Amino acid sequence: MIGIINYGAGNIFSLTAALDRLGLQYGMVNTEAELQAYSHIIIPGVGHAGAAMQKLRATGLVEPICKLTKPVLGICVGMQLLTAHSEEGDSELLGIVPLNTRLFDKSLGIKIPHMGWNTVQHQNNLLFDGVDEFAQFYFVHSYFIEYKPIFDIASVTYGNRFSAAINRDNFYGVQFHPEKSGAAGEQLLKNFSNIN
Amino acid sequence: MLSKRIIPCLDVKDGRTVKGINFVDLRDAGDPVELAAQYAQQGADELVFLDITATHEKRKTTIEMVKSVARQLNIPFTIGGGISSVADAEALLSAGADKISINSAAVRNPVLIEDLARAFGVQFVVLAVDTKLVNGRNLVHLNGGRLVTAIETESWIKDAETRGAGEILLTSMDHDGTKQGFDCSLLRKINDRINIPIIASGGAGKTAHFTEVFVQADVDAALAASVFHYGEILIPELKQELNAHHIPVRLQS
Repeated sequence: MIGIINYGAGNIFSLTAALDRLGLQYGMVNTEAELQAYSHIIIPGVGHAGAAMQKLRATGLVEPICKLTKPVLGICVGMQLLTAHSEEGDSELLGIVPLNTRLFDKSLGIKIPHMGWNTVQHQNNLLFDGVDEFAQFYFVHSYFIEYKPIFDIASVTYGNRFSAAINRDNFYGVQFHPEKSGAAGEQLLKNFSNIN
Repeated sequence: MLSKRIIPCLDVKDGRTVKGINFVDLRDAGDPVELAAQYAQQGADELVFLDITATHEKRKTTIEMVKSVARQLNIPFTIGGGISSVADAEALLSAGADKISINSAAVRNPVLIEDLARAFGVQFVVLAVDTKLVNGRNLVHLNGGRLVTAIETESWIKDAETRGAGEILLTSMDHDGTKQGFDCSLLRKINDRINIPIIASGGAGKTAHFTEVFVQADVDAALAASVFHYGEILIPELKQELNAHHIPVRLQS
């Protein structure tokens, strides 16, 4: 059963709706004790990474999350929280994956936010099992996670190449919104629920 | 590569879609959930719901509708119409809307854009602009186009971008309903001056018009209503056509 970290950063209605459609059971995590009650954990998030980190700290869940050994999936800002630092508000984040979250470079002639469906090149990873090679996912964000092959499990190009999905041990993160990415996104959520 | 988006627009009133729709065999042509699902299945990249509910009391019905759409739909959607405060927007956000679109209220109170962007992020805030050529100047129109202002469209859009609009939905009233094609020159002019995505609206009559607007104005998305509702343009065929013209689109697998 999936536990969703309930820390007040963004709209989780779409996420729970997607899980409902897939018949995946879930509950809300507000305390450390509740964190232990689920087999899988999702960290959702939209908006400002620094503000989201502050809200997460306020829940007292930061340390317990870092110690988790069960599968954890960060979505959008929830993924950025897994990294060490964000240029958004010069914020220190969880640091579970030693990467930086950076602002898109306007001088590359791209619009910000990066909004819409983009092609994701994924590698052999359980999270993308059964997902088409050039599947598209829905993105909406102004900050991105730098591409480092060691943690990258899927990349995407907008201005430059960055990580669409990362993985370190039991921690996974996706920059796009699987709950809004049609069939490919639903497959990914299902895959996550099957990771042991 | 980032795809160009195709966006059907649905008018809703008191939680039901209005205007006849006859492109598919629906049990109930007024059910927004069923229609939304049909469009998603056809390959629409996003949907816009324009709420024309007149009375404040009936807004609750709209919220319920947004919830049912969000429960069923696996693509993003925007809701616009009658949003004039952060509280209005928040109710729609927690009901599952991905974005809200504001129009007249933002012109009357531009600070609303800043408040919304601060509260929910720029990606949540779409600024809709209805524009019409008056004595050689493109002027912003309010109240669904019935009221002309003295505000120049281009400067309003620049101002809104600075204040925190995340996307522009530009409807040319001169082209809307004509089925003669989008206002490519105006769209190009505005697109060249902003650094946020722009959705073209008004004038779609055939698939070639979509090719035109993506090639000539390089807009990020194109929106239409009746050509989709009446089945005059089918989204899978439209996307094949765009693909054949090397315009990046999301093709259903």
